[in-house]
Amino acid sequence: MKKIEAIIKPFKLDDVKQALSDIGLQGMTITEVKGYGRQKGHKEIYRGAEYLVDFIPKIKIEIVVAKERLDEVLETIKKSASTGKIGDGKIFVMSLEEVVRVRTGETGVEAI
Amino acid sequence: MTKKIMLLSAMLLLIPISSAVAADSMDSGDTAWMIVATALVMMMTPAGLALFYSGMSRYKNLLNTFAMTFVSYCLGSVIWVAWGYTLAFGPDHGGIVGGLGHLFLNGIDVSSVSGSIPTYVFVLFQLTFAGITVALVLGSIVDRMKFSSWIVFATLWITFIYCPIAHWVWGGGWMGKMGALDFAGGNVVHINAGVAGLVLALVLGKRKGYGRDAMFPSSVTLTALGAALLWFGWFGFNAGSQLAADGVAGSAFLVTNTSAAMAALAWMFAEWFVTKRPTVLGIASGAVAGLVGITPAAGFVNLPASLIIGLVAGVLGYFSVSTLKLKMGYDDSLDAFGVHGLCGIWGAIATGLFACPAISGASGLFYGNPKQVVIQLVSIVATIGYTAVGTLIIVYITKFVTGGLRVEVEQEVEGLDSALHGERAFEIG
Repeated sequence: MKKIEAIIKPFKLDDVKQALSDIGLQGMTITEVKGYGRQKGHKEIYRGAEYLVDFIPKIKIEIVVAKERLDEVLETIKKSASTGKIGDGKIFVMSLEEVVRVRTGETGVEAI
Repeated sequence: MTKKIMLLSAMLLLIPISSAVAADSMDSGDTAWMIVATALVMMMTPAGLALFYSGMSRYKNLLNTFAMTFVSYCLGSVIWVAWGYTLAFGPDHGGIVGGLGHLFLNGIDVSSVSGSIPTYVFVLFQLTFAGITVALVLGSIVDRMKFSSWIVFATLWITFIYCPIAHWVWGGGWMGKMGALDFAGGNVVHINAGVAGLVLALVLGKRKGYGRDAMFPSSVTLTALGAALLWFGWFGFNAGSQLAADGVAGSAFLVTNTSAAMAALAWMFAEWFVTKRPTVLGIASGAVAGLVGITPAAGFVNLPASLIIGLVAGVLGYFSVSTLKLKMGYDDSLDAFGVHGLCGIWGAIATGLFACPAISGASGLFYGNPKQVVIQLVSIVATIGYTAVGTLIIVYITKFVTGGLRVEVEQEVEGLDSALHGERAFEIG
């Protein structure tokens, strides 16, 4: 099993969610996060005082998938989250040891 | 207003003896307008200025800023009816201060008249000025002053700084007699408050992290709403300062609105030109700068002059907060000095330049009376000198009384809403 963490532009969330739903993925967890990479921050000016806002609002999506579906899901996120401009985000993939469904006690791929 | 007030003060002395005669001169139209004008000016402090300032302070200090502004008006209200009014408008002592004849409004009753309005209304109108002036000062020191110190400071400051200066200009004191023109409070209100704020800010020191940390206004929306309420209330402030519902009041109304609009545009365009962004904070600040600039001139200048006064006030305000403050290195948190002090000085000088005899009889430089500029400069320097030295003394007395002026560093970092008041401005989410 793999856990995918994708950092995307907030306005792309609907597109990504729809695209994943279209390929039959059920469920995701999202968090409103702030961060910066190469896009850097932006400047705000109040009465002449310039403040650099380093951290830009992003959405973090967490999804767990069976190993076999990984490539398809990554491709879908990549396509649907892309604008081609700087700041589109990143996707992290990590191995996942165990999943438990609380209601039934199922484990592993069955519980995803 | 100056001449009128001198007359009024002289009449006040006669009131207890001749209330029957005085009652005849009461004008119901003037009285109705002045009651409304007073209510308008009242709104400027606990609503207009409170929103204007607290929207600019950081979120963690929003309520503390609101509280300091609100409580300033309450303190002003009580002090004024107790001893403030008589110090400012009581029988003159050497042109410096009023006597104690009207302590707790002693000797004034329902039949007392000031000019053509009830003395009670006149007292209240002036009360609202005392309340807003001390509240303006706190713009320089938000985010770091102890609430207890603010209360002691405000009490002493109204008593020993505001009241004497109001007496000098409007209560029959030396500045009015010298012929200084200050229609609605360029010296008394704005230069006075701006300079006092600067002195207080210098003694208190900079906010922790000033110049390094980003200090975002909690809500530019609240500030813009506050500026709009100030603008609305300012019609009472300036047109009310005629103390009558007449043509001069109408003219003051007109030039007040024009100057505010002009300055808002001037600030916006200056900022747009320099930093490529026409900010809402800039537009709101510009309107206030224009209102400050026209205040001393409102009953003396004509429409074209108000366009120039507003234009200069907007650019000057922008320059002072965006450039001058950074160069000088003082931390005037919300620019009480930059906007009120400097634009107040500009307004006082402009009154000496543009006073038009067709409005109220007074002439400035451009109407062949260069001496007026000199008189205005003397009044400005005297106001700055008195308020700077007097405020400094009061600051140190306050420091002694309340055991320091500044909140603990931990409280400053935590935020004063939580640390001092145990409240938060918004519950979001």
